[in-house]
This record gives sequence, structure tokens and C-alpha cells, in this order.
Amino acid sequence: MRWVVLLVVGLACGLLATAAMELPRKGDPGSPASVGVAAAYTARAMAETKTPNIVTAVLADYRGYDTMGESFVVFSAALACLLILVPPAISARGRREDAARAGRGGAAARGGGREA
Amino acid sequence: MISRYDSLMARVTSTFIAPAIQVYAFYVIAHGHYSPGGGFQGGVMLAASTVLLRFVLGSEEGYRRFPPRRAALFGALGVLCFALIGTVPLLRGGAFLDYGMLPIVGAGEALRRYIGILLVEVSIGFAVWGSLVVIFDALTAPGNGADEGGRS
Repeated sequence: MRWVVLLVVGLACGLLATAAMELPRKGDPGSPASVGVAAAYTARAMAETKTPNIVTAVLADYRGYDTMGESFVVFSAALACLLILVPPAISARGRREDAARAGRGGAAARGGGREA
Repeated sequence: MISRYDSLMARVTSTFIAPAIQVYAFYVIAHGHYSPGGGFQGGVMLAASTVLLRFVLGSEEGYRRFPPRRAALFGALGVLCFALIGTVPLLRGGAFLDYGMLPIVGAGEALRRYIGILLVEVSIGFAVWGSLVVIFDALTAPGNGADEGGRS
């Protein structure tokens, strides 16, 4: 079993190493990431948005839709935490009632009362 | 539920440092046009200052200074403002999130985009601030294990 694992890991390492050989050099202007729309962004960002920091211009303007999705993701993560980790309502009354209904004993109810 | 950290030095230092962190966070948000930074980074710093106060002063005093409800409100308002700023150009015949169509009098298209980016960065900052504080409050809420065992 161990030899099989070693073989698979070694093959994966070799695959990744051969793939890494084909990567463009760092900062290569001819790399696929630099020949598409990036050239237009760097050339036009200052004139179109008056923003010297091109990263900000791309993030908030050219790719604004993407950034909006990111903020939605952060907010939905917060909502999920709120709904999963704090099951009762935010009000102390709801928390006490729900704790009593769930039969979680006095600890949760006392905690809720203390916070209120 | 977090109890107050039992060190006067840590409490005083943190109460002095937290406002400085917040001022710098707003600088990072507002200066995103010229230097690295922006809404996400500044929002994380704002959340860090709030969480620092919660850790050091305890939940009770921390909640008094920045209520958990306000965190949820900030998160929701930030996301809503972003979406609304994106929708305004749509109503005026532009594309979604096309800041060049924002109704700002006396500003050229480039300046309108500049202001649009600024508004959006501020919205992101508030969204991230509120969301991270909400996550922290959910993790340390009373009754989910944070008050049983451990140092606090």
C-alpha cells in the first residue's frame, strides 16, 4: 500500500514539475495573462477612471461585478454563521424560549439572560 | 461570552490603539486609488479593531461600544449600497455597475468613475467590517460552548 501511495505521489510530482516547466517566466509580457485584455486595462485605466492604482480600477470598475459577488459571499458567510451558530432569535426572550424548547438546560438560558 | 482580559496594561494599550487602527483603516479605504488597499483590507482592519476591544474589554463592554446589531446592520447596508450604486446607472440607461452613468453634477465621465470606485470601496469596507464582526459574535455567542472551559 505504501509503495502504491509513493508511486502515485511521485507521478503527481513529476506531472506538476513538467507542467511547471511550461509556465511563462515571471513578468513575461508575452505570457497569456498579459496579452489579452490586461494591456487595454493598463493603457486606459488612468484616462478612463483617473485612478493611478490600476489594481483598484480593475477590481472596482472593470471587474466590479466580480467584486460585488465577493462582498455578497462575505456577507452570506456572516449570515450563515449567524443562522447556524446562534440558533435562537437575537432577542433575549426568543433565546430563552428556544433554549427551553430545545431542552438545552439552564446554561444557555442563563447566558442569554446575562447578555440582556 | 468573553470575560475581561486580566491585565490593566493590555486594556489601556488596546483602548488607545483601537481608534488609531480605525483611523488608519479609513485611510486605507479612502486611499485605495493611490496605494495598495481598498475596501476589503480596510474593512478587515476595522473588524480587527472591534474584535480587539471585544477580546480585551470583554463581551459586555465590547457590545456596549459596538453592538452586535450594528455589526449586522453595517454588513447588510454595505452590500445593499454596493448593489444600489450598481443599479443607479441601470435606471439611467447605462450598464449595471457602469459608474460613468452615475448622476453626479459637474463631473466628467472619468471623475464619475473615480467617485463611483470610492463609493463602492466604502460600501465594501462596511460590508466586510460588519460581516466579520457578525462571524466573531456568532462564534463567541453565549451558549455555544465558548463560555465552557478554556481561559475565558
